[in-house]
Amino acid sequence: MSRSRSDEELDAATDAPASPAAATDSPNAGDPLRPSDHADSVAAASDISNPKLGVIGWIRWGWRHLTSMRTALVLLLLLAIAAIPGSLVPQRSADPNGVTQYFTDNPDLAPILDNLSLFDVYASPWFSAIYILLFISLIGCVIPRTKHHWKALRAKPPRTPARLSRLGDYASESIDVPIGVGADAAAERAVESARVQLKAAGYRVERFDQGSSRSISAERGYLRETGNLVFHSALVGVLIAVGVGGGFTHTGQSVIIEGRTFVNTLLDYASFNPGRFVDEEQLSPYAMTLDKFDVTYQPAGTVGAGQAGDFVAHLTTQLAGEEPEQNDVRVNHPLEIAGDRVYLMGNGYAPTITIRDEAGDVVFSESVPFLPQDTNMTSLGVVKVPDGLSEQLGLVGFFYPTQAPLSTGAFTSAYPALVNPVLSLDVYVGDLGINEGIPRSVYTLDPTGMEKLTGRGTDLESIELAPGESADLPGGYGTVTFEDESPAGATGYEASVKRYVSLSVHNDAGATWVLIFAVLATAGLLVALFVPRRRMWIKVTPGVDALQVEYAGLARGEDPTLRAAVDAVASRHSTAVRDDLAGAEVLAGTDEPADSARPGTDEK
Amino acid sequence: MPESSTLSLDSISVLLVWTAIAIYALAFVAYSVDLARRSAAAVDEQDAALKRELVGATGSREGVGASMTRLRAEEDAAEKALNAAPGQRPRYMWARIGTSLTVLGFLFHVAGDVTRGIAAGRVPWSNMYEFALTGTMLVVGVYLVTLIRYDLRFLGSFITGLTVVLLGASALAFYVEITPLMDPLKSVWLVIHVFVASLATALFALAFGLSVLQLMQGRREAKIALADRDAAAARSAGTGDQVATVKTGPGFLRTLPSADALESLAYRFAILGFIFWTFTLIAGSIWANDAWGRYWGFDTKEVWTFVIWVLYAGYIHARATRGWRGARSAWLSIIGFTAVLFNFTIVNMFFKGLHAYSGLS
Ligand code: HEM
Repeated sequence: MSRSRSDEELDAATDAPASPAAATDSPNAGDPLRPSDHADSVAAASDISNPKLGVIGWIRWGWRHLTSMRTALVLLLLLAIAAIPGSLVPQRSADPNGVTQYFTDNPDLAPILDNLSLFDVYASPWFSAIYILLFISLIGCVIPRTKHHWKALRAKPPRTPARLSRLGDYASESIDVPIGVGADAAAERAVESARVQLKAAGYRVERFDQGSSRSISAERGYLRETGNLVFHSALVGVLIAVGVGGGFTHTGQSVIIEGRTFVNTLLDYASFNPGRFVDEEQLSPYAMTLDKFDVTYQPAGTVGAGQAGDFVAHLTTQLAGEEPEQNDVRVNHPLEIAGDRVYLMGNGYAPTITIRDEAGDVVFSESVPFLPQDTNMTSLGVVKVPDGLSEQLGLVGFFYPTQAPLSTGAFTSAYPALVNPVLSLDVYVGDLGINEGIPRSVYTLDPTGMEKLTGRGTDLESIELAPGESADLPGGYGTVTFEDESPAGATGYEASVKRYVSLSVHNDAGATWVLIFAVLATAGLLVALFVPRRRMWIKVTPGVDALQVEYAGLARGEDPTLRAAVDAVASRHSTAVRDDLAGAEVLAGTDEPADSARPGTDEK
Repeated sequence: MPESSTLSLDSISVLLVWTAIAIYALAFVAYSVDLARRSAAAVDEQDAALKRELVGATGSREGVGASMTRLRAEEDAAEKALNAAPGQRPRYMWARIGTSLTVLGFLFHVAGDVTRGIAAGRVPWSNMYEFALTGTMLVVGVYLVTLIRYDLRFLGSFITGLTVVLLGASALAFYVEITPLMDPLKSVWLVIHVFVASLATALFALAFGLSVLQLMQGRREAKIALADRDAAAARSAGTGDQVATVKTGPGFLRTLPSADALESLAYRFAILGFIFWTFTLIAGSIWANDAWGRYWGFDTKEVWTFVIWVLYAGYIHARATRGWRGARSAWLSIIGFTAVLFNFTIVNMFFKGLHAYSGLS
């Protein structure tokens, strides 16, 4: 049933003139406050478009428009539309590499899109404008409604309409008054019973008498508006928690190789993104050592062969001044430590490479993290040897955990586990470009100013090594060794190369608040949508030997079960009154002489 | 476990699913016949009424607004039928056949879904094929459950048609063999988040069907009102009182409740769907915070989930806004469901993002 129909009914049922100005005593008093263009509100003439307005008038006019239902609706639809481009064009926040790629692929279009903030849609001026306006509108809408609701919560239910029978959901009963019980007394009992029944059913009740008829006016479901207000306010809460929380959030990435330890200071992070209010010197002091990284691969020859799963990083963690602990980090199961959450973001192989000069002295010996390039863990890595040799040396190479030839003659990895591990390296000599103080990624080598000694384009083949093997560097620079890390006595290559994990450490102070407000919003929504707000009237009019009892209900908002509710109230109440009056009759009867055939016939 | 038995269980599942599709197709035919017969019956009745009119009081008693009055009476009767208990509903034979077939198809569908789950050893909603399998199962399930309360059999051909298309296309284009779950999917949130999203989709589908019918019924009401007014004008101008029959859309509309009643029913389904969708959004964020280290990142799938949520919030608002209630808000419900379908198909298949779980390559 639509609400507006109920309002017409209500107008018909009251004898008051249908003027909306009928102040506080009007039957709509206590209704939730709605913007003037709400479907239920009476169309107020043209007071919105009055052209002769002063400054204040214009401000009011603007404010009224901003907080109208229509504006809210338009802004909501705009928000939906404005969010879409962010799913069509890669976003810097979610997919920075995609943006770079987009610039390469569409060199003409990309700068134009960039000017329109299309790579940062959700931080763009136009997207922000929409949601900020929406939330101003929301606040401007919610505050007056909250005030109004606060008052309504302590208001009395409205006067009983004169003609209940005009209401759509109406029932009436005629209840015989037993002889011996006065009609007025019976009416009093009936109306009292109505009050008790409705009150017990959670209605707020008020008694109204008019002439000889007595009535109870009852209202329930104030919680509906409360829920609506909680929902809308909680949305503001979500937005604030996201905004403020972002300022206190920090995230950082780090790579740990098996056996190594990470200490939670700025120094040990590969990258670190602090929010505006984060003090980088005040990170919680703790350390994490990667004991071992495990992963399982679907065996070859099965469906999904090579698919990796069950990633787990076994860590030894230590908080300052406490005993070390064993902890695991898995996908979906971040480690919580000192208020931070540690996530497992990636993993790879870190072949241990040793370089000796021509005299056999070690100038470089490290496990070098190689970046996986495909699902079979073909990995790319760089070794830089700035000191110790007569010239700076750079090695660029691929690591194949299970080497297999491609038809082109190049190699690839056929399986992600260590079955046939091979490291292939190309050697560069010259200037590594790291002395100028310009930051360089450890994962890339800039070949300008360097001479390539092996691999494609040179006379020499790339160096190829299995774990434990060594080879001479061309040009007499010395030797390179691919160390076998297997424990003593091990067979096979299974543990020959160390693993590393990339961990992401997050501290999101706002997340909990966002969740709290989101749950609050959902709770408010459930209440707002499912608690019926309704009025109920029971009116008792004494007749000659019967009571005329009328029941009527009125929905305030969506209420599909009102009809059933009125019927239920009517049947419960009339039954109760009949029983009650019968009891009264018996009581009246005991006062009479026992042999009287019809007790109560002759009243005293 | 020996591999062949896993495979064969899955092929049984596929067989069950195709059987279900075939039965749904038959149900679709039956439901369509039902609608056509309702049209025919409605036209017959109109002719009879016309005859009565001509033979009877030569139009003078059935004065201005006659067809509008008749329309309201029809609609009130239809609304009673809509809310009638299962035993007291109009006996549309073909609709009954349609419903029986739908129930039968549903049983096969559930069996196919369950065997797929057993074969995979996990919940059967972890890739596109399985999303479609379980999602359409919920669409039909919600429809059948709703039938207990409301006589929505006039939506039967829409529901079975939609299911045949979605399920058939998925079985053809999205079928993948059972593979082990990727790590990020190993989470209780997979069970909750995806299931609730599918449930919301089912409710939005019903709301969509009702909104479409609401628009058709609304147009019919407007046309009849207009025709009435024209007839009245013609009569007062004395240009005779031939009753012009106006074309007002498919005849089965005469057996449906008023646009208002359809709208409030659509609204009820939409708000239920909206609540489940809100839940989907929150559950998804919690999961994303565990799996990816942030609760919200405007990943493509997240964007679309948000867009859909906002569209339905818009729909709910529109229904409360003067000038938007009725046809305009119905359009928002239709756009909302279109976005849901788009999110499931196009976004899953072609948009790049973290939610790369379609299982397709
Ligand atoms: C962030 C944007 C908003 C969202 C997501 C939103 C969402 C919703 C939802 C879901 C409902 C239905 C549940 C209920 O009745 O409580 C609703 C109702 C309502 N909203 Fe909003 N809203 C937003 C902004 C606004 C604004 C700006 C206004 C004021 C102009 C407003 C006024 C209302 C009113 C009056 C209702 C009650 C409608 C009725 O009587 O049925 N909302 N809103």
